[in-house]
Amino acid sequence: MSLSGGNLERLLEAGEFVVTSEIGPPKSADGSAVREKARMLKGYADAFNVTDNQTAIVRMSSLAASLFCMQEGVEPIMQMTCRDRNRLAMQSEILGAAALGVKNLLCITGDHQKFGNQPESRNVFDLDSTQQLMVFRRMRDEGEMWCGDRIKAPPAVFLGAAANPFADPLEMGVIRLDKKVSAGADFIQTQAIFDMDRFHDWFDAVRDRGIHNRVRILAGILPLRSAKAARFMAERVPGMSVPDEILRRMEGASDEKAEGMRICLEAIDEIRGMEGIAGIHLMPVNWESAVPEIVERAGLLPRPQALR
Amino acid sequence: MIIGEQKPLEDIISMVESEGGGRVLVVGCRSCVAVCLAGGEEEVAELSDSLEQHSDSKDLGWGVSKVTLQRQCEKDFDRSIADLVEQSDVIVSLGCGVGAQVMSEVYPERVVIPAIDTSAMGSPEGKGRWKERCSGCGDCTVHLSGGICPVARCSKMLQNGPCGGSQGGKCEVSPDRDCAWQLIYDQMRRKGRLDLLEVVLGPKDWSKARDGGTRIVVKDRRRK
Repeated sequence: MSLSGGNLERLLEAGEFVVTSEIGPPKSADGSAVREKARMLKGYADAFNVTDNQTAIVRMSSLAASLFCMQEGVEPIMQMTCRDRNRLAMQSEILGAAALGVKNLLCITGDHQKFGNQPESRNVFDLDSTQQLMVFRRMRDEGEMWCGDRIKAPPAVFLGAAANPFADPLEMGVIRLDKKVSAGADFIQTQAIFDMDRFHDWFDAVRDRGIHNRVRILAGILPLRSAKAARFMAERVPGMSVPDEILRRMEGASDEKAEGMRICLEAIDEIRGMEGIAGIHLMPVNWESAVPEIVERAGLLPRPQALR
Repeated sequence: MIIGEQKPLEDIISMVESEGGGRVLVVGCRSCVAVCLAGGEEEVAELSDSLEQHSDSKDLGWGVSKVTLQRQCEKDFDRSIADLVEQSDVIVSLGCGVGAQVMSEVYPERVVIPAIDTSAMGSPEGKGRWKERCSGCGDCTVHLSGGICPVARCSKMLQNGPCGGSQGGKCEVSPDRDCAWQLIYDQMRRKGRLDLLEVVLGPKDWSKARDGGTRIVVKDRRRK
């Protein structure tokens, strides 16, 4: 039985190799920016993450931007950080989101506010992302608020979580992933993969525990638009691992975009062959227009229609 | 111990000036803030000299006197300097935030200027270095995490493991900050108790922390 009735869940259940991507809300009250992105990307992925004050920079709320996506016929994966809200706000927000038709919700810790444009703010972290999953699963499956109060119409939402194969210590990261799955994650999206050796090490540890049989894992793919972007990822973005080989390729390329595209397609190709990977999550940071080309050249078009 | 740092001298001077200066009493504390070299006898002497010099250079005519208490956070010690307070207009507290408040309560008719920024509960870590270790959540479980508190020492207070920003043993917030979860993992691995880290910890009861309102501890037993 379907938990959410959403496209992403149905396709994963049907065993399709799924594609998710990302739509970042604007730093403004203008919904048309979201609508335009949604229109441009519609049909090129099965669902789209709508980020939540990503890198701790204030943007239109994930819920509002998710609604604009739905109005364009695009299925959102609403992100919700633990950084910005306590358990009261989280529970009320999932009720509101589900009532408006949101089918997927990604539970994440959130980048530290230090990296954003309001480093003086407090962070909340009433719950961590594992506990957030516990609370939401209880709401959905048991029809109860965390405190035990009954919910007449529980939120039917497919629950996601993040995993970073490149964070240390590796073993502890895998334990934490296991806990997220036990707590209620239905699907996992990983951090962007450049360091294939490390990804294989991590995935071996995931498979050793049989985690891939209990949850759908989508591998994170980030197309590099320029050598400068690659360097920035390598040196500035917490939790990223970009091997020297990739930097050399980007910095030595005559056409950086084309090389970035090649690296991205090679990664997709390698990942598709891995047992236990249920799909990819494309993160086109500031390069949304690359998504249709990537999906097409990777041979992932047309996207399957969800079975009704 | 409580960790605090003296405010910049110019900030202290400007607070004293805005209170009109006059007879200034600098009050230190021999406890925690003495250990972290912020408000003990030596710092009291230094700050008093600095205030005097400033007064002399600007011809402000401040009279500066000084005293260092055993524990500024206890009313009895604060009351013991009533005569000095009587002869002063402004009190500059070199106690922690607790000391400054208790002084203010004992002497409500005086302005108590806080000259220390209190930051944390922690420990001395070698020469001139102190580290936060406890944030007073009211529900200690450090035996489950290798004696390392994730509430105080993880930048995101994570209960179930490290975030994706932990790399090379360091926290994403700063390369000079250890990742608490790396420390916890290393310690539990050494102890052969990684099984404890496999347990999913549910939402924490923050009502025992500051979130539940000011904590008041009452104990029947009186110390003899």
